[in-house]
Amino acid sequence: MALIAPLGQDRPEGRFRPRCAEALARVLSNTPVNGEYRLLTLDAPPEVLDCKPGQFFQLLCPVTDADAPFLRRPMSIYGYDAALGQLQFLYKVTGAGTRGLATLQPDDSLNVLGPLGQGFAMPDEWQNLLLVARGVGLATLAPLARAAQGKGRSLTAICSVRAPELAMSVDLFRSYGAEVIVVSDHDGSSAPAAVQQLIEARIAEGRVDAFYTCGSSRLLRMLQDIGARHGIPGEIALEQQMACGIGMCQACVRPFREGDAIVHRRVCREGPVFTLEETVA
Amino acid sequence: MIDLSTRIGAVTLANPIMPASGTFTEDLADVFDLGTLGAHVLKTFTAEPRTGNPTPRVCDLAAGMMNAIGIPSKGLDHFLTTALPYWARYDVPLVVSISAHSYDDFARLATAISVPGVAVIEANISCPNIEADGRAFAVHADSTARVVEKLRAATDLPLWVKLSPNTGEPAEVSRAAEAAGADALVVANTILGLAIDVNTRQPRLGNVMGGVSGPAIKPIALRMAYQAARATRIPVIGCGGISNLTDVLEYLIAGCTAVQVGTATFQSPTTMQRILAELPVWMASHGITRLDQIIGTLREPVDSHLGVALAS
Repeated sequence: MALIAPLGQDRPEGRFRPRCAEALARVLSNTPVNGEYRLLTLDAPPEVLDCKPGQFFQLLCPVTDADAPFLRRPMSIYGYDAALGQLQFLYKVTGAGTRGLATLQPDDSLNVLGPLGQGFAMPDEWQNLLLVARGVGLATLAPLARAAQGKGRSLTAICSVRAPELAMSVDLFRSYGAEVIVVSDHDGSSAPAAVQQLIEARIAEGRVDAFYTCGSSRLLRMLQDIGARHGIPGEIALEQQMACGIGMCQACVRPFREGDAIVHRRVCREGPVFTLEETVA
Repeated sequence: MIDLSTRIGAVTLANPIMPASGTFTEDLADVFDLGTLGAHVLKTFTAEPRTGNPTPRVCDLAAGMMNAIGIPSKGLDHFLTTALPYWARYDVPLVVSISAHSYDDFARLATAISVPGVAVIEANISCPNIEADGRAFAVHADSTARVVEKLRAATDLPLWVKLSPNTGEPAEVSRAAEAAGADALVVANTILGLAIDVNTRQPRLGNVMGGVSGPAIKPIALRMAYQAARATRIPVIGCGGISNLTDVLEYLIAGCTAVQVGTATFQSPTTMQRILAELPVWMASHGITRLDQIIGTLREPVDSHLGVALAS
């Protein structure tokens, strides 16, 4: 598999900026990376490039002859580099919004709103990190892996896929010093029992301080269960249908545990990253 | 030189651009300076906390969207202790939108929020998600008159009444609200709709039905704003599908003294900021210095009565 290198994440510090901005970005490239996924690289202005791993953008997807998406589509960041002025998204074509994105040609412009939401935490006591993701979910964790490397954390990534050839970014995660374990439906290695065994073995060796995951309810339940039994914390980046993406419309609420109560929180604003403990699968 | 101010009864706004209720929170301050707006219109709240509707709460449509958010509300106490102090940082009239299930609850809530810091009460008597089958007070003239009378008796604050396009008698409802003591009308709200996923055969909203908004409904809301402005002598604030300067000008020409921008902010959070920059430029280029040179200047056909009859 070709190395799909997302961009770095230099963050200029100590300068005031609005939390997010609506800006026009220019398409540099928009190319298929395998049968299902495409990588979109944008030339983006500095006001949208002060990003943190786990944050997302709202993309105003193009209107085409076939589709007229009205609302923006939320998309996790695959890579960003303020110095280069670039922003990247890795996406799978699944509906009207992403079908439109796939039609973008170099030099086309795309209206982006971001960066949005709260990113991942990485406290000092989390030295040995285990990333578990399903499919394109690994893209959401790519900036996190990069940041983990920068902080000298030990990193293991379990990538669960339908078939091995769909495993995204394996070389990339390896380039971040991660041990990458690809499990697939093809040979049954992605079955919950098998993945659980894999994780428990590493815990037994004292090699897991925290989990990071995204997307899949099945993985969430598994990590919540393992985490509760072994006292291991973690975070998850959630997806939810959104309208505004900045906290106004209340469309993207999900239930979360707060003590004994269940409360609604906005995935766009209080999230998209939440603790495993508070998240309701 | 260019004067953007507009008077709505006793309240003077620095400019005619304000958000529509339900599409505006302090979160928008992350994008631009909210001190530039003509008014701040908060999301409707109810006296008691409510969680709102099940998801999905929104869906995408051609040239618009549909929502059944369901008025999740943190309740009266949260408003008084948290929201009200927050908005005091801005020198912008605060328009507080309220709703209730009954006439008396509506009146009690209006009294409870008649406190310093609140400039206007906007009575959302038109939200189609609250009442069974999407019915609302604003559908009929008699229920409109009754709720506005109760509200009028409950508060001395300026009272804006937000009407519904889900009525077959817009002029009668408008006149009923005026006669019962409304200081202004906000016209209109979302239009009750339904969308179905043909693959799953399920409704696309958790609440089944929802309110359609966005450019798709602009001609309908504009028509109703025009009817309300003709039927009454109180100011009409236009609302429905406004997403650019031309839309604003249409509502002003139709007789509105100000406008509310809603769904467009979801698609592009800088919409109001952009319109605010463009409006004075347009006025200057047309030799216009005051909004009253635009408001209500529709040039109808000479036999306007016949024209309207044919058009409807």
